[in-house]
Amino acid sequence: MFPELTGYLFPNDIHIHWSLMIVMYPYITGLVAGAFLVSSLYHVFGREELKPLGRFALATALCFLAVAGLPLLNHLGHPERGINIMITPNLNSAMAGFGILYASYFIILLLEVWFVFRVDIIDSATRSRGLKRQLFAILALGVYDTSPEARAIDRKIIRVLAALGIPMACLLHGYVGFLFGALKANPWWSTPLMPVIFLFSAMVSGIALLIVLYQIAMRLKGMPIDRSAISAMARWLWLFLIMSLTMELLEIMMLAYERAEEWEVIGHLLTHQLSFSFISLQMVGGGLIPLILLGIVVLMGGYMDDRIRNTLTMVSSLLLLLQVLAMRWNVVIGGQMFSKSMSGFRETYVPEMFAKEGILAALAIFFIPFVFLMIFEKVLPTFKHLES
Amino acid sequence: MARHDKDSAGSPVPISRRQFLHRSSTAVAGSMVIALVLPEGSSAGVAGADYDWDRHRWVYLIDTTKCIGCGSCVRACRAENSVPEKMYRTWVERYEIPVEAEAFIDSPNGGEHGFDPVATGLSVRKGFFVPKLCNHCSQTPCIQVCPVGASFATRDGVVLVDPEHCIGCGYCVQACPFGSRFINPETRTADKCTLCYHRITTGLKTACIQICPVGARRLGDRKNPDDEVIEILATQRVEVLQPELLTRPQCFYLGMDMEVR
Repeated sequence: MFPELTGYLFPNDIHIHWSLMIVMYPYITGLVAGAFLVSSLYHVFGREELKPLGRFALATALCFLAVAGLPLLNHLGHPERGINIMITPNLNSAMAGFGILYASYFIILLLEVWFVFRVDIIDSATRSRGLKRQLFAILALGVYDTSPEARAIDRKIIRVLAALGIPMACLLHGYVGFLFGALKANPWWSTPLMPVIFLFSAMVSGIALLIVLYQIAMRLKGMPIDRSAISAMARWLWLFLIMSLTMELLEIMMLAYERAEEWEVIGHLLTHQLSFSFISLQMVGGGLIPLILLGIVVLMGGYMDDRIRNTLTMVSSLLLLLQVLAMRWNVVIGGQMFSKSMSGFRETYVPEMFAKEGILAALAIFFIPFVFLMIFEKVLPTFKHLES
Repeated sequence: MARHDKDSAGSPVPISRRQFLHRSSTAVAGSMVIALVLPEGSSAGVAGADYDWDRHRWVYLIDTTKCIGCGSCVRACRAENSVPEKMYRTWVERYEIPVEAEAFIDSPNGGEHGFDPVATGLSVRKGFFVPKLCNHCSQTPCIQVCPVGASFATRDGVVLVDPEHCIGCGYCVQACPFGSRFINPETRTADKCTLCYHRITTGLKTACIQICPVGARRLGDRKNPDDEVIEILATQRVEVLQPELLTRPQCFYLGMDMEVR
């Protein structure tokens, strides 16, 4: 099917080479970075009110990181050569950093998970029998020391790993923003604000995801939703949302006010091709409305019934998960809706449902981390320590 | 088992240390010679047999005042290089610039089948064709961003893609400001104008230059002291596309206009 075009596009510019998969990739790494930050707020900065979420946040980060590379692999024309990025990296390429960043962050995260859950693993290993016992014995890596001294050392190591993980998570995600921000050929991408925008929106999406999952998990487990945890999360979410929206608007307002030459393209893009996903979703429905709702929760939370607070944060979080997805879409797809001739546009882009990089594939990839999370929860319950 | 038993059982005859060192040094020296003879990158299988890439530095010159928009170059390129449908290693743009309105630009099918007359209803006083292709920039972002080093520049100044090594990520396609690259749906790798490297290294012209009926396209060699194209670059007013991006295109234009994209 030939896309509808207006103006003059370079003939090779009518294709959308970076598909839905490249939308999913920063979306997933963003969720990882955001969830990790929440766990680090507890483990490094000692925010006790986030204790109920500390372990769960870590597990969420790990489960999502485990699939973060999948959309990329699925996108590559030659996934079997994907390993070239590690074997023969071109060190001038920002993209070549992916292998090193991804691998080192994965190791840090795995280590931190192991140290955080070590005592639980040993408990399960000693209390169970048969295959289960063997599984936990393997997970314990042969170390069964749960003395107070050993636990104290664990806590120190966790703190160091969690602290190391913060810059790593920021790098892993900021680097995705850099990939786009450092392309001078594309005025919609090329801005030093891009890594910052990506980082803040990552925090927003990660915190929002945790709020949603935490509330669902508590309901499923019949446990009470911790008031101070939700209030604290709402506060962080509000803060990062304000930062994120400020950066996103700043970028556009500068261009618009300067009447920069890029604005001829970007102004048209935002008001035509992206009018729904940018104005309606990213700015109003997913931006302004949660901004107001969370503002109510944060500023008037003291007078609020728990159920209202939970509902408001839940609704805001769901909207924000959509907002950040829209933001990724607007960046990745939006940047390909105009030609580098700067005088022509593709009118629409609707991803196919069943294509290799289509909607179904994206949904399938997004579904996997939730399965991982359920398995994780079965093996190493993340809320058990709260029951006692 | 005793040592002499093993030997008598037909296993390899042990060699002395001296022999070993001698043989291995020969092998190392031999492989170094091969490494020196074979050029870097992978042009070895593409370039002509006697070709010395240190004795050339290719540039391309397009005279827009000569182009008649026949599209032969686009067709020749497709035939010569098996370029897939809807993808273009070269194309031709038509500019019609009315006095009272913005420029009308088009390139139906990359100009492959020429251009039908178009009625703008405006008083067009200026119109011309602009052939386009990869600019073989010397400071090119496409090589910079390739994560695996599959995009590279030959020493004689041609930007190429190693289709055996490209992973098909598409980053170079996004990084090229001229729209010269695409992902080839058949090879699933990045594809672009090779300046007909397989032809120019055997003394032939590129397919597009060969076919052009009006001589609008020309190949030059900076290392040839008598080159006519280099003489034109030295003495006439030439332009490159999007000079503000500092990619240092090695494809030069005569008769450019500010409307050209």
